[in-house]
Amino acid sequence: MTPLRDQISEIIETEPVTLFMKGTPSFVACGNSQRALSALRAAGAPVTAVDILPDPRFRQELSSISGWPTIPQVFVKGELVGGADIVEELAANGELERKLTDALGEDYRDQRDERVVALQAA
Amino acid sequence: MATEPLHALLEQAFPDATELDVVDRTGGGDHFQVTVASTRFEGLSLVDQHRLVYDALAEPLADGSIHELRIKTKGTT
Repeated sequence: MTPLRDQISEIIETEPVTLFMKGTPSFVACGNSQRALSALRAAGAPVTAVDILPDPRFRQELSSISGWPTIPQVFVKGELVGGADIVEELAANGELERKLTDALGEDYRDQRDERVVALQAA
Repeated sequence: MATEPLHALLEQAFPDATELDVVDRTGGGDHFQVTVASTRFEGLSLVDQHRLVYDALAEPLADGSIHELRIKTKGTT
């Protein structure tokens, strides 16, 4: 099986927009994950969600990669955009849509189906 | 934990802060909202601004005293 660290890095690098969250979009387990998800949805982002709750190592490994201590964490094309506060702020001032357009192209909203990717514990 | 130790850690990290506020959002001593205005943030991305706050509060974040942290950073200009 692919080591956990490589699984996480690959998702970050290959998915257009990744949301590492507590729970899943259909069953959000934390208010801050909900705030980030709502901001991304409002901007029309094609969200790939990863639930970090099933195993504590998911969160440890993610934070060791990103250097970001809290959940949620949002990445666009491999770049850490921030947590719930930053994503909300960027959504409110229009910068989130600008960032998504720059990174994914004008038609990023057309790819907007949400999906969930599960990490595999070793 | 109380807000005072967090306030002290932030003061240490941002001695020039023109605004520095720590609020216990729920009264339970583990959900905090911090607001900091400092020249250290100027020219930095929001991610790097928040990283400076996380660095200042690394210890209470690591030992679990802070369960949730909301951050608002500003430059001073």
